[in-house]
Amino acid sequence: MLAYLVRRLLISIPLLLGILCLSFLMLKLAPGEPTIVQQDLQARATGAQRETLRQLYGLDKPIYVQFGRWLWRVVRLDFGRSYSPDGRPVLDKIAERIPITLGLNLLEILIVFALAVPLGILSATRQYSLFDKSMTVFVFVGFATPDFWLALLLMILFGVQLGWLPISGLRSLNFEYLLFWAQVWDILSHLILPLLVATVGGLAGLSRYMRGSLLEVIRQDYIRTAMAKGLSRRVVIFKHAVRNAVIPVVTLFGLMLPGLLGGSVIIETVFAIPGMGQLFYQSAFSRDEPVLMALIVIGASLSLLGNILADVSYALADPRIRVSGKREA
Amino acid sequence: MASSVTPPKTLLEMMHSHTWRQFQKNRLAVAGGAVVLLLAGVAIFAPVLAPYDPAAYDVKQILLAPSPAHWFGTDQLGRDVLSRMLFGSRISMAVGFVSVGIAVLVGTLIGTVAAYYGGRVDEALMRFVDLMLNFPRFFLLLTLIALLRPSIWVIMAVIGFTGWMGLARLVRGEILSLREREFVQGARALGAPDARIMFRHILPNALVPVLVSATLGVAGAILTESGLSFLGLGVQPPTPSWGNILIDGKANIEIAWWLSAFPGLAILVTVLAYNLLGEGLRDALDPRLRQ
Repeated sequence: MLAYLVRRLLISIPLLLGILCLSFLMLKLAPGEPTIVQQDLQARATGAQRETLRQLYGLDKPIYVQFGRWLWRVVRLDFGRSYSPDGRPVLDKIAERIPITLGLNLLEILIVFALAVPLGILSATRQYSLFDKSMTVFVFVGFATPDFWLALLLMILFGVQLGWLPISGLRSLNFEYLLFWAQVWDILSHLILPLLVATVGGLAGLSRYMRGSLLEVIRQDYIRTAMAKGLSRRVVIFKHAVRNAVIPVVTLFGLMLPGLLGGSVIIETVFAIPGMGQLFYQSAFSRDEPVLMALIVIGASLSLLGNILADVSYALADPRIRVSGKREA
Repeated sequence: MASSVTPPKTLLEMMHSHTWRQFQKNRLAVAGGAVVLLLAGVAIFAPVLAPYDPAAYDVKQILLAPSPAHWFGTDQLGRDVLSRMLFGSRISMAVGFVSVGIAVLVGTLIGTVAAYYGGRVDEALMRFVDLMLNFPRFFLLLTLIALLRPSIWVIMAVIGFTGWMGLARLVRGEILSLREREFVQGARALGAPDARIMFRHILPNALVPVLVSATLGVAGAILTESGLSFLGLGVQPPTPSWGNILIDGKANIEIAWWLSAFPGLAILVTVLAYNLLGEGLRDALDPRLRQ
C-alpha cells in the first residue's frame, strides 16, 4: 500500500508540472500582455515606462526563463505579488478568501452526504415505488437545471417576492451594529440560498449514485445468504448491504476535494460571495497572472491529490480491491 | 450482440431491427427525441416563427409582463423575449453540436491511435489525457475565453477541446476489447488487412458508445455555454443567447421575473431532452450498460 501511495505521488509530479507548464504557456502566448492592460488604464504612460514595467515583472525574458524563475519561487512557496493595482502578495489575497469558500463548500458537502445517503437507501429499497420514481424525476431535472437559473428563481421568490432572505453578499450593511446572535443569523441567512443551490446539484448526483450502489450490493450472493438464514430485512439492509454500498459513495469525497477550495465561479458570482471562485473570475478578466497561476497550482494539486485519496480510501475500505505497486492498480 | 460472430455492420443497420424497437418502448426517451427534433426545427425556422424582430427595440414597450402580444414579455429595451429566445436556440444548438463534434473527433482520434499503436504511444497519450483531466476545467474555460476574447467560435473550440478526454478513454477501451472479439479474429483469420479491420469492423462498433456519449455531451455543452454566457463570456450582445438573456434577468430581478424564468426553463427542457434521449439510446444500443 505504501509503495502504491509513493508511486502514485511520484506519477503526479510530472502531471502537475505538465499542467503548470501548459497554463504558463497559455497565459504567455495569448495575445497582449498584462502590462498593456495596466497601460491602457493610464493614457499618459510612455513607452519607456512600459519597458520599465516589463523589466520589473521579468516579461522581457524568454518564456522558459520566466517559467523557470516562477517555478523556483513557487517551490519556496513564494507566489509573488498580484498585478492588480493593489499589488498585494498573492498568498494574502488567497488566504483571506479560503475560509469563505471552504466553509461554504464544507457545509454543502456535509448536507449533501447527510441527505443523499438516506434518500439513496430509500430509493433502492423501494425500487420503482412512487418515492423512487419521484426521486428519479428529481435527479433528471436536477441534472438539467442550470445552477445560476435556480439561483435567480430562488432570489426572486425568497428575496424579492417574499422578502425573507438577502440575495447577495455575506453580511448586511448594518452588520457591525448587530448583537452577536443577530450577527450569526445575518451570516446564516446570507448562506441559505447559495447553500440551497449548491446542494441541489450535488444531491441529484450523489443520491443516484447511492441508489445504484445499494442496488448492486443487494443482488450479491452474501445478501441472499443473509436473507436465507432468516435475518430480518431490516438487519440485512442496514447491517450487511448499506455498509458495503456506502463505501464507493464515501470515496467520492476525494473527487470533491478540488471543489472544496476552488469554489464555484457561477454561484459565487451570482450571490456576490467574495470567495475563491470570484477571485479567479476577477483575475482571469484583469489578467492577473500571478494570482491565476497560484490558483491553478492549488486547483491542479487538489485534483491530483483527490484522485489518489479516492483510490486509496476505496482500497482501504474494501479489502477485495487490491492495490499493488504495478500499474493499472 | 456480445457472442454473435457476425456483428451488425453499420450503425444504420443497427438503428433498424431490434434496437429501434427497444428504443421505442422507452417512452421518456422517445419524448426526449421528439423534443430534440422540435428544438432543431425551432432553431432552423427561428426567423419564420419569431413574432417580432429580436433586435427591434421599442422604448414604449419596456419590461412588459407576459401578455397575448408578447407571450414571454419584453426586456429592458422593449425587445420581445420570445423572439430573442427563438433566435437564442440557434446559439445553443450550434455550440452544442459543433463543440461535441470537435470533442468526438479529437477523442476518437486520440483513443484510436492510443489503442492501435499501444506501447509508448499509448502510455504518452493516456498520460496526456490524465493531465487534461486534472486541469480544473472551468479554470481552463474561463482563462482561455478571457484571454482570447469571447466569440461563438472561441466558445465552441474551447468547450470542444477541453471535453474530449472521456471520449478518448472510451474509444480506446472499446477498441482494446473489440480487438479480442471473435468477429475480429475471424476477419483477421480470413486475411483482411489491418486498415479494413480497423475501419470496417472495429470502429463502427466502437462508435455506438460514442454516439451515446455525444448525445449526453450535447446536453453538457449547452449547459456549459449558458453558464459562460451568463458570466458574460458567451456570445456577446446584441446577439441573443439563452445565457445572456438571463444576464438581463439578473439585472432586472426586482421587477421582471419573466426575463429570468423563461430562458432558464428553455435550457432545462433542452438539456433534459438530450439527457433522456442519450440514456434511452444507451439502453437500447448497449444492453451491457443497462442499469
